[in-house]
Amino acid sequence: MRAVRRVEGRAVVIDRRDIDTDQIIPAAWLKRVERTGFGAGLFEAWRRDPDFVLNAPAAAGASILIAGANFGCGSSREHAVWALQDFGFDAVIAPSFADIFRGNSIGAGLVTAQAAEEVVATLGAALAGDLEAQLVVDVAERIVAIPSAGFAAPFALPDYARWRLLEGLDDIGVTLRHADAITEFEQRRPDWLPISGPHAHATT
Amino acid sequence: MTGRLFDKVWQRHLVANPDGEPPLLYIDLHLVHEVTSPQAFESIELAGRTVRRPDLTVATMDHDVPTTNPLGPITDPLAAEQMARLRKNCEAHGITLYPLGSAEQGVVHVIGPQLGLTQPGMTVVCGDSHTSTHGAFGALAFGIGTTEVEHVLATQTLRQVKPQAMAVTVDGQLPAGVTAKDLVLGIIAEIGTGGGTGSVIEYRGDAVRALDMAGRMTVCNMSIEAGARAGMIGPDDTTFAFLEGRPHSPKGADWERALDDWRSLVTDDGAEFDREVRIDAATLRPVVTWGTNPAQSVTIDGVVPDPASFEAAAQRQAAQRALDYMGLRPGTSVRDIRVDTVFIGSCTNGRLADLRAAAGVLQGRKVNPAVRAIVVPGSARVKAEAEAEGLDAVFIAAGFEWRSAGCSMCLGMNGDILAPGERSASTSNRNFEGRQGPGGRTHLVSPAMAAATAVAGRFAVPGDLEGAG
Repeated sequence: MRAVRRVEGRAVVIDRRDIDTDQIIPAAWLKRVERTGFGAGLFEAWRRDPDFVLNAPAAAGASILIAGANFGCGSSREHAVWALQDFGFDAVIAPSFADIFRGNSIGAGLVTAQAAEEVVATLGAALAGDLEAQLVVDVAERIVAIPSAGFAAPFALPDYARWRLLEGLDDIGVTLRHADAITEFEQRRPDWLPISGPHAHATT
Repeated sequence: MTGRLFDKVWQRHLVANPDGEPPLLYIDLHLVHEVTSPQAFESIELAGRTVRRPDLTVATMDHDVPTTNPLGPITDPLAAEQMARLRKNCEAHGITLYPLGSAEQGVVHVIGPQLGLTQPGMTVVCGDSHTSTHGAFGALAFGIGTTEVEHVLATQTLRQVKPQAMAVTVDGQLPAGVTAKDLVLGIIAEIGTGGGTGSVIEYRGDAVRALDMAGRMTVCNMSIEAGARAGMIGPDDTTFAFLEGRPHSPKGADWERALDDWRSLVTDDGAEFDREVRIDAATLRPVVTWGTNPAQSVTIDGVVPDPASFEAAAQRQAAQRALDYMGLRPGTSVRDIRVDTVFIGSCTNGRLADLRAAAGVLQGRKVNPAVRAIVVPGSARVKAEAEAEGLDAVFIAAGFEWRSAGCSMCLGMNGDILAPGERSASTSNRNFEGRQGPGGRTHLVSPAMAAATAVAGRFAVPGDLEGAG
């Protein structure tokens, strides 16, 4: 995973709450066995509406998505994160995120900046007046800003998520530093816990 | 010391709790399916890593398997490729796979409990959000993304910030005709789609205790629709009776040791939760969703709500948008809404008990000629057991299509989809826009209501049908 210190660029606002991962990337796209190529399916159904914000010329090249509360709810599909990234988004700003989506984002290097409702509303209003405005999502300082408007506000990002984004860490590599603790734990597990494998009822 | 069930299960899986990093939790059971795993296996191999515990990993094919002719050639080349990849990955890493055609194949959250692989006090993960289902056994079970699937394959652990503990207590007794599905939809309506975010919900109270394991699984399954990390129900005699004698359940002296352990997995009297919600079971009724998220529901006696009736502007906007998508007018009686398709199945309601409930309504009745009705058993074993009881004959005689096991129309990956504008009564878990096919309109209901609706051609409960006592 590459390190993400700061995301800077234009933003797109989707003023809806409870945007679920079925909208972000419909199930038909989940048949791919790669992590790439999902951008074309991002918000596929909503993009059929020519007036949808992602179809506006100003959306091309935007790197920040601003949305309503509970963003990324529903299915655990990490493909939603891959689709956002493949389209060009490096950060999402919302009042709240669904747990699995947030975990997936950090794992894949997409910044989830949780900002207060008022901050999200202010950003939306500022962008409505100036579609070309440049936003900054500063991971190190946990601040979202529109420098041209003199606006800056804090956002929430857990310490560990911030650290991982800044360092671009491979999570498995970090975990394997505890390999001895894992082995020791395994020796303590009760021996009646189930293991997989063929049994009386299995036929294939 | 007073502890909560969740803390007890959490604590016993803590491998390490290093400063500055989230705790490392050991995973007892990792369930794998064809859709969210290929990228994880590829990354493992590219990094030169191996699967640490193939013996704690079980795979099946469910998300995009055909349900019409499962033994025939797979006509969708992308689905065929995903299944071939899973087969190859399981062979390469020594993972047990129940492939299409196997007697134990099925929806991953149906087969885990059915095989006795899901047991009280375990940690269970899967690259699927409805992994919360397994919490019905007093396990800590939650959905993960593909990067986390890779992490579990490589390390058998997961990094998790400890969630908060929330209690949803349902006092009293469910009225006759009110099912586990109605109960959980009622809970979601009460706490909202994000009401459980950051929390593990423990379902408590007499109405929860009275549920059988199928009902408890239905409730825990939909915890994610309230945003919860997981749902849990303390194990009791109902749980133990379900598990005894299952293929992977402990046997002999091990069974006694396990029982002793499982009986300690209760929330102690006086334990406090970060948040508590109480619901009076007597106030619950059979429920239908009217909108595009599972919290947007109304009772069978109700009407489609007026968006103007919602307090918050965001809710008004969401309601209006949902009604536009669903093609519904405010004030319409639920019983006046006609459906085109009825789908009975999924990890929420595809178990034998669910099929029995639906068949009980369909006995001696016919599906309305305007309705396409499909029943998809949750697993090959559920299908076989239902056929042994003659349930298939009841469904077929009523006019249902009797399919083979898979996720099918719950998410429409395998070609079982709604046409644009088509309206369904579905026993699945999500009524999101396009969930059952682009432009499709989904209403979530219980198996009994799905069956009654199939007969009436419009939303109905069994008591509405002619000849109902």
